[in-house]
Amino acid sequence: MYLNSIFTDPVRLERLMDISQSSWLPLIEGMIQYTIPLSFIAFVLGLAIAVLTALARISTIKIFQVIARVYVSIIRGTPLLVQLFILFYGLPTIGVVIDPFPAAIIGFSLNVGAYASEVIRAAILSIPKGQWEAANTIGMSYAQSLRRVILPQAARVSIPPLSNTFISLIKDTSLASLILVTEMFRVAQQIAATNYEFLLLYGQAALIYWLVCFLLSLGQGRLENRFDRYVSR
Amino acid sequence: MISITDLHKKFGKLEVLKGIDLKLEKGQAVVVIGPSGSGKTTFLRCLNILEVPSKGVITIDEQTVDFSKPVSKKQVNAFRKQSAMVFQHYNLFPHMTALENVMEGPVIVQGIDKATARKKAQALLEKVGLADKADEYPFQLSGGQQQRVGIARALALEPKVMLFDEPTSALDPELVGEVLQVMKDLAAEGMTMVVVTHEMRFARGVADEVLFMDGGVIVERGKPEDIFSHPKEARTQQFLSLISNTDAI
Ligand SMILES: Nc1ncnc2c1ncn2[C@@H]1O[C@H](COP(=O)(O)OP(=O)(O)OP(=O)(O)O)[C@@H](O)[C@H]1O
Ligand SMILES: [Mg+2]
Repeated sequence: MYLNSIFTDPVRLERLMDISQSSWLPLIEGMIQYTIPLSFIAFVLGLAIAVLTALARISTIKIFQVIARVYVSIIRGTPLLVQLFILFYGLPTIGVVIDPFPAAIIGFSLNVGAYASEVIRAAILSIPKGQWEAANTIGMSYAQSLRRVILPQAARVSIPPLSNTFISLIKDTSLASLILVTEMFRVAQQIAATNYEFLLLYGQAALIYWLVCFLLSLGQGRLENRFDRYVSR
Repeated sequence: MISITDLHKKFGKLEVLKGIDLKLEKGQAVVVIGPSGSGKTTFLRCLNILEVPSKGVITIDEQTVDFSKPVSKKQVNAFRKQSAMVFQHYNLFPHMTALENVMEGPVIVQGIDKATARKKAQALLEKVGLADKADEYPFQLSGGQQQRVGIARALALEPKVMLFDEPTSALDPELVGEVLQVMKDLAAEGMTMVVVTHEMRFARGVADEVLFMDGGVIVERGKPEDIFSHPKEARTQQFLSLISNTDAI
C-alpha cells in the first residue's frame, strides 16, 4: 500500500524527493561535525589506552596486571549503551556533569581501549622472543625495544583487527544519539521527527555509513600493503 | 679480560649451570662444545645477561657483577654493552633493511648521529662482504647473508667480547663457510670470542682453547688438538666419538 502510493501518487513522490534532497546536507554535516571527529578522537585515545593496557597485562608487576584485567573485563562485560548512559545520565546524580560530546569521547575511548588492548596484547605476544633478545643484546632498554622493534612489528599484525575495531566504532557512534550528541543518526532522527519519513531518512543515514566504511576498508588495504613491504609473500 | 667464578643458573628447580669457572685473556677465541642440554646456550646467555645467573661473579674488562646480590637494571644494561650475541636464528629485525639493522644500535643506544652511523654500518657490511646488500630486507637475504648481517649488527656496538651461539647450525651446508670465514677474520683481528659450535674444523683452525661442557659444568678444557686427539675424560671421549661418526671433525 505504502509502496503503491509512492508510485501512483506523484505529489507524494515529489515530497519524498524534496525531503531527501534537503536532508543530505544536514546528514553529511552531522557526519563531518560529529561522527567522524568522535570516531577519530576516540580511536586515537582508545589506542593509547589500549597500548598501555596491553603493556600492563604483559608486565611482571602484579598490580598493573590486575588493574588492566579488571578494566577490560568491565568494559567487555557491559553494554556500550549502558556505559554511555552511566557517563551522561548517571554521573550527574553524584554531581559530575559532562557535556554530550566529551561524555561520548570518554565512553568510546574506554570501549575501544579495552577491545583494542586484547588485539595489541596478542600482537605483541606474537613477536618472537628472539626479537626482544636481539634488541637487548645491542643494548636497548625496555622502552627502546618496544618502540623500535616490537611495536612496529606488532602494528603490522594488528592492522586488520584494528581496522575492524575502527569500522565498528564508526557505526557504534550512532549510539551517541541517545546521549544527545547531534551526530549523523541523531540528525536523521530529528528530521524524521518533523516529517515522519523514517524509512527515507534512516535509509539515507545507512547509505552514508556504508559509504564511509567502504572508503575506510579501501584505506585499510593500502595500509596493509605499506606494512607488507618487508615480508615475503 | 673475562673472569667467571662459580657461575650457577637455575630455572625453577632445574639447575642448568652448576658452577662454572673460567678465565679468558683478551684476544682469545674459545670454542664451547658439549651434548644438547648441557647448558652451552645458557652459559652464553648468562654472559650477556639475557638470563640472569642465580649465583656467581662475572668480570668483563673493568666491570664486575656479583649475582649473589640483587642487580639493578642499570648495572645489567651497562654490563651487557660489553658483549654482543650472535644468535642461531639470526634474529634480525625484519622491518629494517640490512643497513638499518646495523645502524640501529649506534643510533638508538649510543646516540651517534645518523650520517656517522650510516658510514660505520656501511663499512661493517663491507667487512662481512655484504656492501651490495645494504638496502635489502632480511627476507630478501639467504641464511648465510642474514647471519653475516647479524655479526655486523653485533660488531656495530664495538663490544669487547663476541658471543656466538651455534651461528651456523641453522644454515644449509653450502652457506656455512662464508659465515665461518667472517668469524675467522674476526679472531685474526684479535677479537675476544666465545663460540658454541660443533664445527670441528673451525675449532681446530681458530680456537685457542676448547671447552667441553656436560651436565652444567666444564668437564675438560685444553688446546683443540689435545681435546680432539687425546681427550682425557671418558665423557669427552664418548661425546667426540659420537659426533665424529657424523663426520663433523
Ligand atoms: N628458559 C628456560 N626455562 C627452563 N629451562 C630452560 C630454559 N632454557 C634452557 N632450559 C633448560 O636448560 C637446559 C640447558 O639448555 P641449553 O639451551 O643451555 O642447552 P644447550 O647446551 O645449548 O643445548 P643445545 O645443544 O641443544 O642447544 C635444558 O635442559 C633446557 O631445557
Ligand atoms: Mg644451545
